[in-house]
Amino acid sequence: MSATLVTLALIFAELSLLAFGGGNTILPEMQRQVVDVHHWMTAQEFGALFALAQAAPGPNMMVVPLVGWHVAGFSGVLVTSLAKFGPSSLVTGFALRLWERFKDRPWRRTVQAGLVPVTAGLVTASAVVITHASASSWGTILIAVGVAIATTATRIHPLVALAAGAVLGLSGIGQP
Amino acid sequence: MDAIPAAQTTKHVAPDVGELFTGFFILGLSGFGGVLPLARHMMVEKRGWLTGAEFTDLLGLCQFLPGGNIINMSVAVGLKFRGIPGAFAAILGLIAVPTAVVIGLGVIYGRFADDPVVRHLFGGLAAAAAGLLISTAIKIAWPLRRDVLGLFIGALCVLAIAAFRLPLLPTLLTLAPLSIFLRSRQTS
Repeated sequence: MSATLVTLALIFAELSLLAFGGGNTILPEMQRQVVDVHHWMTAQEFGALFALAQAAPGPNMMVVPLVGWHVAGFSGVLVTSLAKFGPSSLVTGFALRLWERFKDRPWRRTVQAGLVPVTAGLVTASAVVITHASASSWGTILIAVGVAIATTATRIHPLVALAAGAVLGLSGIGQP
Repeated sequence: MDAIPAAQTTKHVAPDVGELFTGFFILGLSGFGGVLPLARHMMVEKRGWLTGAEFTDLLGLCQFLPGGNIINMSVAVGLKFRGIPGAFAAILGLIAVPTAVVIGLGVIYGRFADDPVVRHLFGGLAAAAAGLLISTAIKIAWPLRRDVLGLFIGALCVLAIAAFRLPLLPTLLTLAPLSIFLRSRQTS
């Protein structure tokens, strides 16, 4: 039990410091760790937890306490939350002091411009990995593609799209 | 980002620890699928903690650092006004309700996951969440569509992470410096 908590802490502390470009960039690594490396859940279960987190209010990294809950109950929630939000918060605290000094340096803009394609690639990889796990039957593939098109082409609220997907899923059409 | 002129947002109110907690608490309660527009509304327009320019500047920093923008933002704003207690109040306020809600949903899912109706419901929900992520990826990648170098780096990232399932740490340590190096040669 405590070995599991230590492993959870290490995984999420590392993810915390690697999450350049926000939470969605680290989903594939999170999935790789909890599914492929540690076998705490299946890829489908991870996809379902991610979906639950998207349906909840607040920042988009709420899959973190949910994974902790699934693996180790309340202590899992505490450990994953501290590990995920602690290290990046410390970095933010230190960076805040340096920020004023380096704000107008040209290298800062170069670094930022250099990170943009990496972020775009990582979020795309997240979309591939999550879609692969969550859209495995023709019914769910249709839902994923439909939501992707609707939310890209129109200003439909994400929550409405999620609700529509849930209702379509409820019909059971195209699902095993 | 700067739709509202700075002149409209010149009032400056330094929040105390309790106000930091409640401000971010309400934000965590209300932000579905994206807290950022609401964060600006709360801190700049409604409560006057920051000017529009200060908000944009702080957001630039938070986007640059690892971690979620809004999580980092709560820590930065808390620190700025009330030091370490302020940072704790802000981030705890922000994640308190979402954590409780998400665990509640997790309990329901865990209990009824074997029921076919619930399984279909969550199947549809998960597929829709995947669709949202596809849309997010398209929107982030779209500005790079004419940027050959950017597309090349982005494609390498997708191959490494999604196709070869390589660990993130070595991938980032290789591709981020490479991308920054190529970008600096391009600009100079």
